[in-house]
Amino acid sequence: MFSLDLFANAIVAGLLLGGFYAAVTIGLAIAFGQLDIVNIAHPAFVIVGSYIAWIVNTRFGIDPVLAGLLAAPLFFLVGSVIYRIYYAAFERTGQESLSGLAFFFGMMFIIEVVLILAFGVDYRLVSAGYVGATIQIGFVGIPLRMLVPFGVATLLTLGVYLYLSRTFMGRAILAVAQDRLALQLMGADPVRVKQFAFGLAIATAAVAGSLLIIIGPVEPSVGRQYIGRVFAIVVLGGMGSIPGMFIAALVLGVVESLVASFMGPSWAPAVAFGVLLLTLALRPSGLFGRA
Amino acid sequence: MKISPFWVCVAAVIATGLLFTGVAKNEYYFNATYVILQATIMAVAWNILGGFTGYVNFGTAGFFAVGAYTSIALSKAWGLPLPALIFAGGAVCALIGLGVGYLTLRLKGVYFAIATLAMAIVFETLVNNWSYVGGAKGAYILTPDKHLWFDSYIEMLFMVMLLLAVACVAISRALNSSRLGRGLAAIRDDEVAAECAGVPTLRLKLISTTLMGAMMGVAGAPYPFFVTFVDPQSAFNLFVAVNAIAMPMIGGTSHWLGPVIGALLVGTMQEIITVNVSSELNVLIVGIMLVVFITLAPQGIVGLVRKYRSRRER
Repeated sequence: MFSLDLFANAIVAGLLLGGFYAAVTIGLAIAFGQLDIVNIAHPAFVIVGSYIAWIVNTRFGIDPVLAGLLAAPLFFLVGSVIYRIYYAAFERTGQESLSGLAFFFGMMFIIEVVLILAFGVDYRLVSAGYVGATIQIGFVGIPLRMLVPFGVATLLTLGVYLYLSRTFMGRAILAVAQDRLALQLMGADPVRVKQFAFGLAIATAAVAGSLLIIIGPVEPSVGRQYIGRVFAIVVLGGMGSIPGMFIAALVLGVVESLVASFMGPSWAPAVAFGVLLLTLALRPSGLFGRA
Repeated sequence: MKISPFWVCVAAVIATGLLFTGVAKNEYYFNATYVILQATIMAVAWNILGGFTGYVNFGTAGFFAVGAYTSIALSKAWGLPLPALIFAGGAVCALIGLGVGYLTLRLKGVYFAIATLAMAIVFETLVNNWSYVGGAKGAYILTPDKHLWFDSYIEMLFMVMLLLAVACVAISRALNSSRLGRGLAAIRDDEVAAECAGVPTLRLKLISTTLMGAMMGVAGAPYPFFVTFVDPQSAFNLFVAVNAIAMPMIGGTSHWLGPVIGALLVGTMQEIITVNVSSELNVLIVGIMLVVFITLAPQGIVGLVRKYRSRRER
């Protein structure tokens, strides 16, 4: 049975959800799209961000988004260190594709199990003034716990986009993605640029994690559900294009929301992977990539 | 005629297994060794594609679970006996493997790895929504009363698994040193160059993905009878996937012996840790071992041994 208000609600919920997906994906769009680092552990870092937001929120009562922003510099340092290890072990010897992938796969497991050992498998949630409230516009309900992450995610995406296209360092990151050797010939050190960019990518996970725990309760293995989504979005968005990534995230959010509303939530996880398989098979350059 | 040491070892392993079923009374030992043997088959199968051909499959849990669910569906529908179920599980997964093989036409490297992961999740969603085999609730399987001349059903399963594992290792060994295996190695080192040199890359890749799928299906098919209760979460366990990747990586991917060493070593260690400490810690240790081995010893244990030998010869 088709009903208009269910449809409208599903579209709005999907758009809000999609905006949030953009925040989770943007780090991977930098790491995978620009730097060719297949950070399959990115969702695991997002979960770590959620747990930090949870700890800070329950201990000190600080707003989770603020906590995420405060944790971002720490994540930046962690990301830089990880890139150093990655560079020394894989990139320098030219084995990054197979071994690097397995490296991040193992990393994902380590993060997940450490979180389980430290905090158990209980669902955790945060408290903030806006978590329970809903704005009603006509027959469409907009829960604030979705609207706030959407807003923050949009600002984050815009910020990263402007940073990459306007600042010197941002352009250096785009340059290293385009032609590493040319950058080296210009006198810049590609390794340092990539280290900075990867740090930036991991730093966004801190913010994304705080948004995730606002949307719903989090437990350590939730991250796995996001692996397919984030890769689907990056590939659909055309590998490293930030605006393309944002649109792809909205598309995926809406499709997932429609499937969940009209076919049942148990089918929703397959949507991302279906989109991913179809994109890879039919148009590997994505919606906005250079064909 | 000279008998190679390998077949002597095979005969010795099977004889030991038979002796073991005759002597050991504690069922725990059969449970433990069953898990290790299952992991061995998965590791050997993963290595045929991952180690020999150079395509990373993250969807191992998907193949394993499809094997298990084929077995559930068929035993529920017609009550087929175990050998037929194992054959069917292998056949279904071989077909899926063949399909995955065609994926390699368009997807290389990272994209292939992610596509296989995606495939596993798609299968999981399908099974979650397929109520005939229990859906998300899971399905109970009754173990049959008959168990040949063995004392209990688990003893028979253990022996079945032992034979399957030995067969898989023998196939992998034969493949490693054959003309086919060299073709696969050529694909792994440089696919374009191999194609130019006249290696029929597509056909070889199809053979290797099909073989991998069949082995994983065979490993999964007896699983429902082993645990007697299967739900999608346990069958599509990511732990199965990480083990299947970690074990060959730790043992060494370029040689047929690598995954066997890795599986026996890591599998035994896991059993000991699970019993004595906790199962979470055991996942953590596998993860750490995987990362440490990849960063510090990318050739695995086999590579370390080779390096040590060549240093001594000099």
